[in-house]
Amino acid sequence: MHFLVEPGFWSNQPVRTALLVGALSAIVSAVIGVFTILRSQSFAGHALTDVATTGGSGAFLFGLSPLLGFVGGGLLGAGAMDAIGVQRVRSRDLATGIVLGAATGLSALFLYLDATTTSTTGAVQQVLFGSIFTVDRSLLVPMVALSALVLVCVGTIYRPLLLSSVSPELARARTIPVRLVSLLFILALAVSVGLTAIVTGSILSTALLLGPAATALRLSRNLRGALILSVTLGVITTCLGILLAYDSSAWVSSGQGLPVSFFIVLVTFLGYLVAGVPALQRRVKGATVDAAPTGGCH
Amino acid sequence: MSNVVLSVTNVGVSFAGRQVLDDVSFEIRQGEFTGLIGSNGVGKTTLLRVILGAQRPSHGGVQFPIQDQATRNRPLGYVPQKVVLDPDVPMRARDLVALGLDGQRFGFCRRTKAQRAAVEQALRDVDAVDFADARVGTLSGGQQQRILIAHALISHPSLLLMDEPLANLDPKSVQEIVALLDRLSKEQGVAILLSAHEMNALLPVMDRIVYLTGGRAASGTTDEVVRSDVLTALYGHHVDVLKLHGRVLVVAEPGQDKSDIPDHANYTIS
Repeated sequence: MHFLVEPGFWSNQPVRTALLVGALSAIVSAVIGVFTILRSQSFAGHALTDVATTGGSGAFLFGLSPLLGFVGGGLLGAGAMDAIGVQRVRSRDLATGIVLGAATGLSALFLYLDATTTSTTGAVQQVLFGSIFTVDRSLLVPMVALSALVLVCVGTIYRPLLLSSVSPELARARTIPVRLVSLLFILALAVSVGLTAIVTGSILSTALLLGPAATALRLSRNLRGALILSVTLGVITTCLGILLAYDSSAWVSSGQGLPVSFFIVLVTFLGYLVAGVPALQRRVKGATVDAAPTGGCH
Repeated sequence: MSNVVLSVTNVGVSFAGRQVLDDVSFEIRQGEFTGLIGSNGVGKTTLLRVILGAQRPSHGGVQFPIQDQATRNRPLGYVPQKVVLDPDVPMRARDLVALGLDGQRFGFCRRTKAQRAAVEQALRDVDAVDFADARVGTLSGGQQQRILIAHALISHPSLLLMDEPLANLDPKSVQEIVALLDRLSKEQGVAILLSAHEMNALLPVMDRIVYLTGGRAASGTTDEVVRSDVLTALYGHHVDVLKLHGRVLVVAEPGQDKSDIPDHANYTIS
């Protein structure tokens, strides 16, 4: 087993915490990610990760809980996007871009101040790229509570959210409060991004948000299957990333393991590429059938 | 009067001082197939939005005499004009039909056996069983229309509103969809109000017509409305109505503005 799992992996407390926290955020991200892609809100999702950076770096600067910073920053960003006009398709990108620009500027200031005025070491690295092995166990309870809140919220609005994601016109025709559903979803997205930022850092949380969901949507025949597969892939990807990062300490001479976020993103990316093979095969097969001569009178 | 499912009375709508609809009145009875005919931009979609409650009229009103007293729900099914269904989304046709049953419902719930049976029946009703498991975004325009009709009818509304469902369909699909709607209105007793800028495809099945131009409407049977004197009064200038080989042509006299005559480039409604 040593070639797969280095000694001490299962008994190591920080690893156990990392697996728990990672699996939790992967489940939430996987569910939210499917709807993010269905609603063509990937840019908004990415922007919220950057807004979470502002919250996370601010939390480090002011000595607050990083979870509070990431989630709080995301929620404020989501509220700002909604207020400016993320609901309307034409103004959605504009609103997202404006909030993204403002938040990135603030992040730059906070990260500069983090690096120059605080005694916290590695704050920039931790905010941007995560540090799952150093997650405080006291964060577990609030993370479980926030995860449950997001999943219950999505479960409650599941059908109206699904219909308004597939076709806002049909949703409005069925008198679904599309605006309310969109607001609840973007708030859930903000919380999800904040949770993921703890695992992979805010910069790379988009990968966990969109990667497993995009792969699942490529492979699945229906949405329920896509949700189940997305969650499965998200959890496997995260746990594999943690395992590889742990093992990597034995690969390098310094004994310092490589970043978890790198491995999670790598596995996610490779998974997405591999999932493209069946889709490519279907396309080639379809093209061959289309090109084949058909019978009949000439 | 007892079987009237929709009563539109003196409805007027104006946007930024422009009168889009002016004193439009008509009724639709149970099981009737009514065509809402007019060229692009005359206010067909606005009128449908008023009926749906999505647009407040500046005067007049809309009544549903057989409104469901228990739920206060208006007994409406609706197929919007532009429904863009992404082929990359793994939403099966049957899933979209099922959302017609409970898509507006909040909270956790599993579909019952009876609901699943209703989905199967709705798919059979529109002859869509063969492609029920395909991604709805990959279906042809005609097949998507069948699925959207099943989505709208699965909750058994007494009135189905359809906004330009025949636009962008090939002639064969137009014939098939019109025949399907005719059959459904007769079998299920559902009244249909279908907007179109092309009248001829609907002539064999239309019980009544609401002819819209310049914000005003004339309604009645096709023979009552599509007449030279009625349309001349409606347009405010002389038009001729010609019937050739079972098709109707509305022809404006030379020198008149033909922009509000449906498909005016051909001087015809069809």
